Amino acid sequence: MSTIFAHGGQLAHGVLLTMLMTVLGFGCALVAGVVLAVFHISPVPPLHRLAVGYVAVFRNIPLLVWLVLFVFGLPEIGLLYPLFGTVTAAMALYWAAFICEAVRSGIRTVPPGQIEAARALGFGFSQLLRHLVLPQAVRSMVQPLGTVFIALTLNTSLAAAVGVRELTGETQFFTITYDIPIPAFAVTTAIYVLITLAGGLLTGRLERKLAFKR
Amino acid sequence: MNTGASTLFDLPGPAGRRRIRIATVVSLLLIVVAVVAVVRRLTTHGMLAADEWRVFTQWPTIRFLLGGVWATVLVTVVAMAIALPAGALVALVRLSRARVARALGRAYVEVFRAIPLLLLLYMFLFGLPRLGLTFPVFWQLTLAIVLNNAAVFAEILRAGILAVERGQSEAASSLGMTYWQAMWLVVIPQAVRKVVPALVGQSVRLLKDSSLGYVVSYLELLHQSQVLGEYYHTVLPTYLVAAVVYIAINITLSRFAHLLENRGLRGVRRRRHPESTALAENAAIGSGGRAPLIDDSTV
Repeated sequence: MSTIFAHGGQLAHGVLLTMLMTVLGFGCALVAGVVLAVFHISPVPPLHRLAVGYVAVFRNIPLLVWLVLFVFGLPEIGLLYPLFGTVTAAMALYWAAFICEAVRSGIRTVPPGQIEAARALGFGFSQLLRHLVLPQAVRSMVQPLGTVFIALTLNTSLAAAVGVRELTGETQFFTITYDIPIPAFAVTTAIYVLITLAGGLLTGRLERKLAFKR
Repeated sequence: MNTGASTLFDLPGPAGRRRIRIATVVSLLLIVVAVVAVVRRLTTHGMLAADEWRVFTQWPTIRFLLGGVWATVLVTVVAMAIALPAGALVALVRLSRARVARALGRAYVEVFRAIPLLLLLYMFLFGLPRLGLTFPVFWQLTLAIVLNNAAVFAEILRAGILAVERGQSEAASSLGMTYWQAMWLVVIPQAVRKVVPALVGQSVRLLKDSSLGYVVSYLELLHQSQVLGEYYHTVLPTYLVAAVVYIAINITLSRFAHLLENRGLRGVRRRRHPESTALAENAAIGSGGRAPLIDDSTV
């Protein structure tokens, strides 16, 4: 245990990297995922097909395959970027597919009858979205998006498999260098549990805040 | 297709149709430009040369990759076969009336859902040997996947059991069934049907988890591709082939599960009250005909 505290700075650096990757990855994935969802529901056939294909491809290939493809495959065609950026980009692209589905399922929860009623009352498309669809859809998106966020946080650990020294990578390094596997794993597990619990709490609070007051 | 979304738009009039046509042309152009850029990038680095891809037409290579597919499927099937019953057990423990058991079940789920699979694998690789516990590579991978997925399956099944109306188990006990009889004969069959889409989604995820064999050097599809790619110096093509194989397996799995689900529903329709069929169908439609990526119960 004392070794861990003596080298706490390293571990803290790992935590920082994990958090940075989470925030950057989720931010980019959110933007890309919303754009994909818009493509998916748009009446323009090529964009719709593009989104459908993207989701099918990205969702069915394991994240680790994407990571090794990006990290070891892309340099073969002359695309070599800093490791951290490459890994974060791969994650953002992967999770964008899941966010697209979460956003779409949120929009689907709005009953079609309401939309038809609003149109019968003369709502235009943007009014419809702003006053009717989005306020309701966003509420039911919080929970699935929270799930994606937690999954993303936990899966940033896969970056360790391609050489990023974030929390999991740092733990592996600890166990090999100082030969203290059990305490190192215990501390890291505790940190991950804390992160997930915080994510769950945050999601729950956000959901309550957005809930309808009846 | 996209039900609900299509009602977002009015039937387009002449101006709307024109706008859609323009957008179609513009987006097609952009897609073509992107594809051309990718193809040019690949050709300038010689990736589309026949030599890079020839190995994949040769039987030894194909056999080698099929070996990887077999290992992936084996890990998936064995892990599922253990994790699903284990998850069911944990779910029942979490719903039991004994407070200590409930707390233990809860602790298991919270901890093992929160540990990244890779960290769990490292524990099997570096941690447990220190305690004198060493497993063969296959079991290092499979047990890590089982520990993680049992927690998720437990949450899915628990959500399903809780979603069955109280009246069902009350009716069962008023007919003189014991707790376990009611659970086994009345509640669980309905609960499982409710969560089939989530279970399918999770099994796809479990299959994807098996790619972590790459880390413990278990020769499943991804690790096999790494070996192949480094041997022939065709890293990018080999990983692309592996990616395509993963898509094929996962889509087959989802389709198969969907088929199974439909057959199950038909069985219900023949035997049961029409209302329960409608309920089950709603559950199926809720999945949009596909495996949901992430079920709502996992937070």
